[in-house]
Amino acid sequence: MNTEFILKAAQAVNAAILTHEAEIESLDREIGDGDHFINIKRGSAVVIGLQDELAGLTPDVVLQRIGMKLLSTIGGASGPLIASFFIAMAKSVKEHGGETLTEIAVAFTAGVDAIKSRGKADIGEKTMLDVLIPVAGKFTALAGQGADFASLLQALKQEASLGMQSTKVMIASKGRAAQLGERVIGHIDPGAKSSQVMITAVCDLALSLKQVRSLI
Amino acid sequence: MKKFINHVDDFLAESLSGFAAAHQDLVTLHFDPNFVCRAQKSVQKVALISGGGSGHEPLHTGYIGHGMLDAACPGHVFTSPTPDQMLAAAEAVESGKGILFIVKNYAGDVMNFEMAAEMLPYEHATVLISDDVAVVNSTYTTGRRGVAGTLIVEKVVGSFAETGADLATCKVLGDKVNSRTASMGVALTSCTVPAAGRPTFDINETELEMGVGIHGEPGRRREAMRSVDEIVADLVAAIWHDLQPVAGSKILLLINGFGATPLMELYVIYNAAAKLLQQHGLIISRSLVGNYITALDMAGASITVCLLDDEILQYWDAPVHTPALRWGK
Repeated sequence: MNTEFILKAAQAVNAAILTHEAEIESLDREIGDGDHFINIKRGSAVVIGLQDELAGLTPDVVLQRIGMKLLSTIGGASGPLIASFFIAMAKSVKEHGGETLTEIAVAFTAGVDAIKSRGKADIGEKTMLDVLIPVAGKFTALAGQGADFASLLQALKQEASLGMQSTKVMIASKGRAAQLGERVIGHIDPGAKSSQVMITAVCDLALSLKQVRSLI
Repeated sequence: MKKFINHVDDFLAESLSGFAAAHQDLVTLHFDPNFVCRAQKSVQKVALISGGGSGHEPLHTGYIGHGMLDAACPGHVFTSPTPDQMLAAAEAVESGKGILFIVKNYAGDVMNFEMAAEMLPYEHATVLISDDVAVVNSTYTTGRRGVAGTLIVEKVVGSFAETGADLATCKVLGDKVNSRTASMGVALTSCTVPAAGRPTFDINETELEMGVGIHGEPGRRREAMRSVDEIVADLVAAIWHDLQPVAGSKILLLINGFGATPLMELYVIYNAAAKLLQQHGLIISRSLVGNYITALDMAGASITVCLLDDEILQYWDAPVHTPALRWGK
């Protein structure tokens, strides 16, 4: 995971969320408070604006800078959660490296764990974690088994999709949707949807690079 | 939406600038990151910093000054401020005895202050305000919300800190005041967040929202409009159930307006609440009526009862000199 890849991934994520604007906004209007898309768009745009400044820095520093910028830009409850993900990833990459698939899986899992502990939430509460936790688990398992690059990425995309779909039948116990009780059943969580969109975009980017070496 | 706003994007900055200009003898405003601090930095005392979404004015910036806060970090309307604001505020006001964060219990506020605390290079502690008895879990929070009781904590701990008390004892006093304070509110209309441009919730002429939060978030139930005496009886009953006061207790009674309810009506609420509490054997030692923790243009009010003891009373009575609260000096 080199700096060039992180910056390309930021572009890919930005493009993907803009493509899914209507869908994410509509989910958030149904069971959220309607500001999720505005928040992630603002966060994504500010990261794009950092590209020149970040090029040439080491990956751990890039992830840390992205985290700090998001922390001071987004605000509310989602800012600290998303920022915690990047800051924890930065720490993991710095301490354990971020070159092999196993090391990247460790860093991704550290990011997801940071969201869990910051938000005091876990799987099954109709949040972004219903996508992130299964994806982190799958990533760790497949990287450990030495799975090939392409099939690992396809599996992560599938896991993200299943996780996103799983929120449809859940009752929320965190966030704005928690107020609505059983009325949220039948609706996909907007944070789970945006997470799935972002993970899919990064996986597609990695797949398009064809050669593993260009990623790491 | 009909409001005194030039442009929604400039609303916060223009309001803060006006506030700072009007009270330049007391406060100084900093932008990027945004925070307001005392015009004159205090020396050798615990520095009290609070903050939260804007739209609750005069909370928190109006309570900066002798006997209350050292700095406040205003976020966008109803949106938590960010850690860089808190760190910059701490840098400006720390005077050798550490930082006490006073945080209302909402997920965004708690997480942003937590992250700031983790990065703070000074000794620090946090008092979490959770005085709202209306709902256990709400839209914005896990656990009880922090509402009008915040004013009492900021005043009592603020005056205590002026004596040179250390960080740990300031926190103990803050937690004590919070545990002895209970509030509940009622709304007659919604508020309108400028960026949204429409009312946060629909409520008609014949309804009230019992237990509403200070962002217009839902409370206990939607009910038919009733007499003030009946509404107050319900609010007082909920507060009573929570505090379980013994007869003869001395209390501070705060009637707080949400922004669009005239003082004349707030005094009607005070009249009803005071009579009821006295009938039940409580002694109203101190009182305060006005718009202290608002919710933009929401019509409504909250009742707050704080069970006093000698220590709380002493520091409530101590001199205070801030834009929105001033006595004894």
